[in-house]
Amino acid sequence: MKNKKPLAENQMFVAVLASVISIAVGLLFGYILLLVLNPAKAGIGMTAMLTTGFSSLDQFGKVLYQSAPLMLCGLSVGFAFKTGMFNIGATGQYTIGAFCALLGAIAFQLPWWACLILSLIGGAIWGIFPGLFKALFNVNEVITSIMFNWIGMFLVNLLLANMPIMLASAWGASNSDRTANLAQANPGAIIPKGGLDRLFGNSSWINISVFIAMLVAVICWFILEKTTFGFELKACGYNKEAAKYVGINANRNIVSSMIIAGALSGLGGGLYYLAGTIQYVLEKKTLAMGFNGIPVALLANSNPIGTIFSSLFISYIQVGGSAMQPNFSSESTDIIIAVIIYLAAFALLMKGVITKVLKGKGSTTQNADSAAEAEKEEKA
Amino acid sequence: MAEDYVIEMLHITKEFPGIKANDDITLQLKRGEIHALLGENGAGKSTLMSVLFGLYQAEQGVIKKDGKEVAIKDPNDANRLGIGMVHQHFKLVECFTVLDNIILGVEDTKHGFLQKDEARKKVMALSEKYGLRVDPDAMVSDISVGMQQRVEILKMLYRDNEILIFDEPTAVLTPQEIDELMEIMRGFKKEGKSILFITHKLSEIMAVADRCSVLRKGKYTGTVNIADTSREELSRMMVGRDVEFEVKKKAVQTGEVILSVKDMVVASKVHDNNAVRGVSFEVRAGEIVCIAGIEGNGQTELVYGLTGLEPLKSGSITLCGQDITNASIRERSRLGMSHIPEDRHKHGLVLDYTLEQNMVLQRYREPAFQNHGVIKFGEVRKYAEGLIERFDVRSGQGPQTIARSMSGGNQQKAIIAREIDKDPQLLIAVQPTRGLDVGAIEYIHSQLIAERDKGRAVLLISLELDEVRSLSDRILVIYEGQIVGDFDSVGMQELGLYMAGAKRKNKKDGKEGKAS
Repeated sequence: MKNKKPLAENQMFVAVLASVISIAVGLLFGYILLLVLNPAKAGIGMTAMLTTGFSSLDQFGKVLYQSAPLMLCGLSVGFAFKTGMFNIGATGQYTIGAFCALLGAIAFQLPWWACLILSLIGGAIWGIFPGLFKALFNVNEVITSIMFNWIGMFLVNLLLANMPIMLASAWGASNSDRTANLAQANPGAIIPKGGLDRLFGNSSWINISVFIAMLVAVICWFILEKTTFGFELKACGYNKEAAKYVGINANRNIVSSMIIAGALSGLGGGLYYLAGTIQYVLEKKTLAMGFNGIPVALLANSNPIGTIFSSLFISYIQVGGSAMQPNFSSESTDIIIAVIIYLAAFALLMKGVITKVLKGKGSTTQNADSAAEAEKEEKA
Repeated sequence: MAEDYVIEMLHITKEFPGIKANDDITLQLKRGEIHALLGENGAGKSTLMSVLFGLYQAEQGVIKKDGKEVAIKDPNDANRLGIGMVHQHFKLVECFTVLDNIILGVEDTKHGFLQKDEARKKVMALSEKYGLRVDPDAMVSDISVGMQQRVEILKMLYRDNEILIFDEPTAVLTPQEIDELMEIMRGFKKEGKSILFITHKLSEIMAVADRCSVLRKGKYTGTVNIADTSREELSRMMVGRDVEFEVKKKAVQTGEVILSVKDMVVASKVHDNNAVRGVSFEVRAGEIVCIAGIEGNGQTELVYGLTGLEPLKSGSITLCGQDITNASIRERSRLGMSHIPEDRHKHGLVLDYTLEQNMVLQRYREPAFQNHGVIKFGEVRKYAEGLIERFDVRSGQGPQTIARSMSGGNQQKAIIAREIDKDPQLLIAVQPTRGLDVGAIEYIHSQLIAERDKGRAVLLISLELDEVRSLSDRILVIYEGQIVGDFDSVGMQELGLYMAGAKRKNKKDGKEGKAS
């Protein structure tokens, strides 16, 4: 009995089982919604959602490609969350990061890696503001970062509208509502595919960005779990008063963590727009990618390694969702995706239920165990 | 055989995930008796009372009122059966008047309007009858803790409760107030009301209770008549072994001045006046100096000022000859200041960190535990295991236990281990035994004495008079932010008068300080 732990106490097992059950329930609800919206096509729609990601190497490449910016936005939200901050400003930092990367690529003709560094810096600068306001004036970071989402988006639109060289029209295309196609403006700024395109059957999507994102996730994990810096950040997040009591400068940590969070989102923007497959379109709404970082981080319980998997999952569902058109409108696929993600976030709740069920079965042996332990204590 | 039991709790079992809080517990309350319920922290007293008060449902066992089985599903059921409870942390609406608080929930209304005249008469009558002095029109936020407790008691009486539960009622009171409370409880007994009295304090049980039931680790150890028992027997029943009551310590041998405070002024967060108003004192190596006082007289702010959690408005602090008035918390810590904080959950621990992480919370930056910013978790583990062994910190999974899941006593031991192992010149201990049971208290006291005997300076801030008297070499009494007394030794009643602000003496005078 000693060398084999009861199943209920195997945290890993319970956590994985809880996630699987939650996702399954989410998919079931999604299916019910499909039946309500369009009964005739529900089966086809569900199949599309579930299989598209694996249906071809090209589509799988797309899953990986889309997961990279999601992963970074998730890391951004999760990192700030570990320090006790709710970074709802990921989308603003992401937008600024994207702009800085494109500025380097098009206006200054820099290579891709230099552009990525620029995106990192741009995002970091956008993260400083909510951090500073919180540290100096105790302004709630949620309010500041929401405002900076809008400021960032309109600032980028304003700058692009006044920088003709950035727009597609300056590089041989006719439209001036979006940035230049990198293939024409600066092919050297496109993130290399590293031979992956051949591996993925000439997928137009795949590049090395997903591996960059994974590497960043591992670095985040290392910082948070292994370093004194991460130790201080988490201490501030869990209990700011206790951190202060042991002499940790909580305000400096708030600013540092927001800078890092901003840099992560910014890098996400750089990775997405330097892929060469998409151009930044001047629009009057904030980009969804940054907000999608929130469920990614929540699903992963803010764990950087978990973020890798949760972003792959959400990316997979999104690719599947886009394949459901035209049978279902893009709005209804968004609703279904939201339902699935929402229920997947019930994993924590499910964890408690599973533990209870497993405990119920094994309760007799456990009581015997604890009784024996209590006896030992008495003797000692 | 046919005893007149007003409440019987028979074979109560209540389980929480992973722990049996109550395991087959039987408690029988006679009509018109004061029945004490004694047990260490985590022995299951509060759980048992919560079952009786309808906050929890027991898995097994029955509750009988007047010999008839009853179901208590929520506090309303309990109220209907005449069961009332004064909680350890009062449940009062701060911005309501005393009268409003008493009638809240059972207000008389006429066409939807409050009718308070009848209520006022009833409250005043009750107040008169039992000697529970209150001002019905005062705001609860403005009245003393003692009066707040009287309001809680009046709440029970107003609802015509016959069975009164007191959950650690004396923890927040001065000696005089405790005596008053005991008198009030005796009054209730005369009226035929039955009282359940939960406490850690053996002296109070001996003074006021008729019988006492003892719980240990969720199990029932027995019920004894107070007349036939002794403190020693009760503590043995509670802890399972003999407990030392008298703190043994060597004669004091003071050395040089370690801490020197001059004219310290600290602002208050709750009102416009300063919380600490020009306090000066010294603590020497090898002595325990105790600051005694009733809660809320500036002790908290005094400690915040000393440790750097709050800035001083004026005055200066010197530690080991260095001026630390404006030093950072980390700097003070480096110069040899350790601080066992008043609130272990707010300041002392990161509850979601593991025990080992909490144990290196003061030291993780030292080269022994980190290399270029990377924490050496192997070293941390070894260090934590050493501390756990030396300070006998008990927990479910050793160094990897999440601090939140540990018992209060062991959490406190972990903090004390961490702070003492820093090898401080000055140890500031703020209510280090608050809410702990006799076993843990005994241990913590011995650790403080050991530090003193090593020649360290110890500054103890405590509300517990027994603790103040048995540990301190010197007593400073604080009242409304000022030191009003400075004694080498002093009588209990005398000390109470100083704490209540009825007497004051600023210059040290051995003769006058002696007990009268």
